[in-house]
Amino acid sequence: MDRIPILRIGDTLLVTVQVDMHDQLAVRLLDDLTNAIARTRARGVLIDISALDVVDSFIGRMIADVAATSRILDAQTVVVGMQPAVAITLVELGMSLPGVRTALDVDMGMELLREPRNT
Amino acid sequence: MSPAIPDPNRPAIRVEIAANEDVVIVRQRAREQSQRAGFSLLETTKLVTAASELARNTLEHGGGGFAELEVVTDGLRRGVRMTFTDEGPGIPDLDAALRDGFTTGGGLGLGLGGSRRLVNEFHIESTVGKGTRVQVIRWK
Amino acid sequence: MTTPSNRIIQVLESSQVQLLADWVKALRSSSMSRTATAISDPELQAQCQEFISLFGNAIRSGDLEDLDAPAWKPVLELLAGVSRSRGRQGFSPSETATFVLSFKEPLFAHLRRAFTGDNEAKLFSDVWDVSKLIDRLGLFTTEIHQQAREEVIRRQGEEMLELSTPVIQLWDGILAMPIIGTLDSARTQVVMEALLQQVVATRSPIAILDITGVPTVDTLTAQHLLKTVAATRLMGAECIISGIRPQIAQTIVHLGVDLNGVLTKASLADAFRVALERLGHRIGTAARG
Repeated sequence: MDRIPILRIGDTLLVTVQVDMHDQLAVRLLDDLTNAIARTRARGVLIDISALDVVDSFIGRMIADVAATSRILDAQTVVVGMQPAVAITLVELGMSLPGVRTALDVDMGMELLREPRNT
Repeated sequence: MSPAIPDPNRPAIRVEIAANEDVVIVRQRAREQSQRAGFSLLETTKLVTAASELARNTLEHGGGGFAELEVVTDGLRRGVRMTFTDEGPGIPDLDAALRDGFTTGGGLGLGLGGSRRLVNEFHIESTVGKGTRVQVIRWK
Repeated sequence: MTTPSNRIIQVLESSQVQLLADWVKALRSSSMSRTATAISDPELQAQCQEFISLFGNAIRSGDLEDLDAPAWKPVLELLAGVSRSRGRQGFSPSETATFVLSFKEPLFAHLRRAFTGDNEAKLFSDVWDVSKLIDRLGLFTTEIHQQAREEVIRRQGEEMLELSTPVIQLWDGILAMPIIGTLDSARTQVVMEALLQQVVATRSPIAILDITGVPTVDTLTAQHLLKTVAATRLMGAECIISGIRPQIAQTIVHLGVDLNGVLTKASLADAFRVALERLGHRIGTAARG
């Protein structure tokens, strides 16, 4: 069974999505991340989607779900590396990904996670 | 729909949609056809995203079916025409289905309204108990 | 509905090869000299041959008047293809129409030769029917040619647009895009893509869209601007719109467009100051001496 690897850097979990995920793989990622956050008591989750050429409504919803679930488990999520074409298409699709913080790259994402939280 | 003639030099691609992985295959083939049609990166992204939405519908709502992806031309420009067919339960209220809204659950979660904005031409036929056929064209 | 006489059908069937040769010859020697240089022999031969074949099929279907009938579709598609390519190559409308109009002469010559009876009226009616038909096909090619030329002009316009909206790096992490002129749908898309690509390339968390030079904004433009802002946000950067003139501010309110929390500043300078502050910089005066 294929899975997307989750790396741990301090109290942050880092996920780099590099394959065109089918829906089940995405759901598995959400499950794995949720378990990992609880198990490691992570405070931050960084999802790098810079390799994704396409983000459709399912993946978009999955990302929003990761952010919402992490928040309940007291962790913050930041999504980084969204490609311009993907951003434009998501806007066209009507997906605004509320509750999902974003940053341009991993460095800026880590900076964002280090900032004191605001509600 | 505008007159659209399939390009004889670029054959149509048919993809059976029966499982999750097939949606990924549809995305890949849609990307290939859009490259054959000379689409820009943004045009490709929109087309492939629409293909993904519609393929997923065929699988999840239609119980499986198939997709046909063709490079077409109207004499002036090239485009990609995609047709998604299933013999599923059909959509009783097309108007409701075409309405927007993912997170609010509008549009019956079918993502049809959103996909429509990603393409230039959108045509849907659906009969309750018989199936659904969605045909879209994105021109360059 | 005018049905073609048997004679017309027969001529098209039995004299195809000769018709083709005569037609190509007429095209090559015509005063529309561009055909001679711009279109290769094999290409011209292929176009003519295909036309004669499709034309014959359509005639046989029995209708010389209704060009919308399905039988004529293949002919129209071929002519459309030829016309568009002529148009793109810079042929004039007359030169483009010459392709199909010059088919008349060889066709009439063959009809005349095939005429064996003494009923001149019948020959005349054949020639007249075919002449009307080919004239209409000629007009059709002119229309298509026109569309193709317009398409070329439009694309050239787009290229000019790309050149006229540069993205400027004001500071580390701060981009500015001063937009001058009207923002239509096509232009906004080009602008949007360019800005977002620069945001990624320069890793700039703040982009300032300055619309001082935009005279009017309609609903569609306002929506496109908002989409640009939304896309920038999704990517992890922030957009500030500056240079909104009072009239545009009124239009936006009047149109009921919700700026959705987008930061707006009257001038580019104000936007720049805010951007610097956002990035944690402070502007101070250096001590002299």
